[in-house]
Amino acid sequence: MKFEAFVEVRLRPGISDPQGATIERALPALGFDGVTEVRVGKAIRFTIEALDEATAREMSAAVTDRLLANPVIEEAEVSIL
Amino acid sequence: MSARIGVVVFPGTNCEHDVVKALSAVAGEEAPAATVELLWHGERSLSHLDGVVLPGGFAHGDYLRPGAIARFSAVLDALTRFAAEGGPVIGICNGFQVLTEAGLLPGALQKNSGLRFVCKSVGLRVCSTRTVLTGAVSQGQRLRMPINHFEGNYTCDQRTLDRLRAEDCVVLRYEENPNGSVDDIAGVCNAAGNVVGLMPHPERACDVLTGAMDGVPLLRSLLEAADRHASLPA
Repeated sequence: MKFEAFVEVRLRPGISDPQGATIERALPALGFDGVTEVRVGKAIRFTIEALDEATAREMSAAVTDRLLANPVIEEAEVSIL
Repeated sequence: MSARIGVVVFPGTNCEHDVVKALSAVAGEEAPAATVELLWHGERSLSHLDGVVLPGGFAHGDYLRPGAIARFSAVLDALTRFAAEGGPVIGICNGFQVLTEAGLLPGALQKNSGLRFVCKSVGLRVCSTRTVLTGAVSQGQRLRMPINHFEGNYTCDQRTLDRLRAEDCVVLRYEENPNGSVDDIAGVCNAAGNVVGLMPHPERACDVLTGAMDGVPLLRSLLEAADRHASLPA
């Protein structure tokens, strides 16, 4: 069976996020006040062939741990859609 | 027999010729002789070499994260064995990013604070002289050389930083922090001191035409380490 996986990669709490900070600084200039704690991550989708959803989830988690996220600075959340 | 140094080329590497030229110029003149050769990233054995350099550039396009894909190139398995056996390994700029992704050096390199691509000459201070890159310079010595990167913001957790300091693994620090790196770190080494990564480019500071010569003693250190490796019993 084919499953659609969705992985959200985020910077770990406490790791500085220069992209988030830059976006946050730009917003008041556009008239958006009061937006704080902007954090930028990555969203990755893929299709995975597996016997069942649990296996698909397990494989997607392995893909994420091996390649998609760097555990030194990032954490990730894996969903099967 | 003179030492052999391999300079690894990934698809997207772009500083390999600068490194070969600078190392070749320093070798035999102010440092032990060495043969310097380019090495494709599919190489599976490095046992014939006495030193390896991972040069700067954009290995595999820096897709996903700098060094994230390069880490799975065949040469990295061979490099991990070479490093474990004490072989001298240097990663410059993108090469430093590859070494952290591969787990051969601690920490990670994040986007610069301020999101600026930084390309300028910076002042550095030598913080450890026990490594294969700093054997020929002195503790506290000031060096000037260029940096040229977008993701050079050295990041690690507090425990790793404490360990780096306690084990004398901070090799170079910036005099003025250009990118947000934790503790002004410009270069680190592994516990044994035979694997060193740095964001500055010593190979671009080896010729009067480039306006700085402070890369020479660093490359001389590597050539001396490679020469010692070459004289080890096989």
